[in-house]
Amino acid sequence: MRIGTLKLSYAADEALFDTRVQWIWLGLLTLALALFPFVAGPYWIYMACLVAINVASATGLNILTGYTGLVSLGQAAFMGVGAYTVAVLETRVGTPFVINLLLAGGLTAAVGVVFGIPSLRVKGLYLAIATIAASMILHFLFAHWELTGGTRGLSMPPANLFGIALDQPQKLYWLIIPVTALMVLGAANLFRTRVGRAFIAIRDRDISAEVLGIPLLQTKLTSFALSSFYAGVAGGMWAYFFRVVTPESFPLINSIFYLAAIIVGGMGTILGGILGATFMTLVPEFLKLVVGWLTPWVPDALSLLAPIRTIVFGALIVGFLIFEPQGLAEIWQRIRRFFHLWPFRT
Amino acid sequence: MDWLYLAEVALAGLGAGALYALTGVAFVLIYKATRVVNLAIGEILMIGGYVFFGLVAGAGLSVWAAIPLTILAGAVLGVLVERTLIRPMLGESPISVFMVTIGLGSILAGIVELVWGADPLRLPEFIPNTPIFLGEAYLAPKVAYGALVAALLIAGAVVALRFSRGGVALRATARDQGAAYSMGIDVGRVFSLSWMAACATAAGAGVIVGAIGGISPTMGIFGLSVLVVVIVGGLDSMAGALVGGLLIGLVEALAGSFLGGEFKLLATFSLLIIILMIRPYGIFGSHEIERL
Repeated sequence: MRIGTLKLSYAADEALFDTRVQWIWLGLLTLALALFPFVAGPYWIYMACLVAINVASATGLNILTGYTGLVSLGQAAFMGVGAYTVAVLETRVGTPFVINLLLAGGLTAAVGVVFGIPSLRVKGLYLAIATIAASMILHFLFAHWELTGGTRGLSMPPANLFGIALDQPQKLYWLIIPVTALMVLGAANLFRTRVGRAFIAIRDRDISAEVLGIPLLQTKLTSFALSSFYAGVAGGMWAYFFRVVTPESFPLINSIFYLAAIIVGGMGTILGGILGATFMTLVPEFLKLVVGWLTPWVPDALSLLAPIRTIVFGALIVGFLIFEPQGLAEIWQRIRRFFHLWPFRT
Repeated sequence: MDWLYLAEVALAGLGAGALYALTGVAFVLIYKATRVVNLAIGEILMIGGYVFFGLVAGAGLSVWAAIPLTILAGAVLGVLVERTLIRPMLGESPISVFMVTIGLGSILAGIVELVWGADPLRLPEFIPNTPIFLGEAYLAPKVAYGALVAALLIAGAVVALRFSRGGVALRATARDQGAAYSMGIDVGRVFSLSWMAACATAAGAGVIVGAIGGISPTMGIFGLSVLVVVIVGGLDSMAGALVGGLLIGLVEALAGSFLGGEFKLLATFSLLIIILMIRPYGIFGSHEIERL
């Protein structure tokens, strides 16, 4: 049972992790992530990389949608910009992957700002639809620009770290997990700064925020840029992970997937982005497992997988919005509260 | 420049645009009464096409018996969705409700694929196929009759909204819910009514769209074009849905035949962005004034 924490300075109150217990848990988590590839099989390492990429992208969308209140249905298309940037740089220029990832993030941020300009005049649903338009236009570019290889897309060589080719998930794990961890940590820290606080102010009431002296357009565009940067880096990692980038890799449904992930996880919390992306990535795998079990009894169970996945996907969005609008993060808080208050409130 | 070809393309575009306008009217009905942006409208339209297919090909009903039953099924679906999914979200942020309709669309698409499979299907032929000429220009009979039926249905919807008791109640609710309620209008029932009417209209449109282009679980894409239509026209304007529908149909047809099929979506969505930048609330939409 914990009664409270004594804080003696403002800095202590603002700290990201305020108790020693949290630091211990964080250490354990880091240790677990570091040991994971040595105990888990290739399938689980593959899944871990996929989850990490989705966490990075969902966290980016959370900055824009969860914290700034600007709904975007273009996250997947922005990831596509990042993936194509990495693929083009890797095949045509051959720069090291760190630079590629950063350039992917930077370029995607620029694209994000361009498509964020409508947020000057429209907001809410109109903005969501403007971002659908943005993603349609980007798709057209991916499929019809020579540089992006048309509908066939681009294949690329693996990332190269000091002469070691990162061609297996077991090796890429050491690239993807640290980058994602850094990005998530960066996002968590963002909301202790002036810019992050301005985002939250805009989400809560944009007119009031403007009255308080927050430059609306500039801050909204910053949010678009940051969110797209995350999408771009995540897309870059995606490109290194699959090594084939085609226009079909980033359909509109993936943008809905990321929005669903932060809704299921909990909008406007860092934990929500992590939990939601993890959960939404693992659910289809779980369904695959269930369908696999059913195969002996149901004849063509595998052909049922795709429609069942679509139904479950929709049902999760609807169910969470109606019954648990704060998402998984709220469930997690409830569990924590239970243990904090344990003997007194059962 | 071949003027005859241009005229034929434009006519086909306007014919397709009439269907956009009809679905747009369904969309606007819901938005006016409940302020819900229904992204599942394309999927509801698809359900209409599939129910019709099931009734005719599966249950062996005649086409003229199946059409009213399809429309009835659409109405039932509308009421069901409104009561179970939309009513609990009353007062939540518009974004959450919007996401609920996206989830609903996903559920409906999954159910259709589960029941009827993923392959595209053709509806039985029931539209007369004697070629139609307007002056010199040829117009595909399916498109022509589809547009004619759509125009009649839209006219019916406009008249009903203007003069019928339910229509007046709906407009009163759209104007001011509190005032409508104190005048004895059951606002909850108006919500159900609007969903019922809109989904019935969408299901009817689905039969026509399916008869022209066949049905498949990816038919929900139609909903995206309808979304562009209503945004361009203004979310809460019937006239906007009409003008927007015809405009988008025309733009799609022109872009499709003079630039290539892949330019269709690019053209409509570019138009959408331009309209959003110039007139954020659409051509006829009402500008919302925000107060602190």
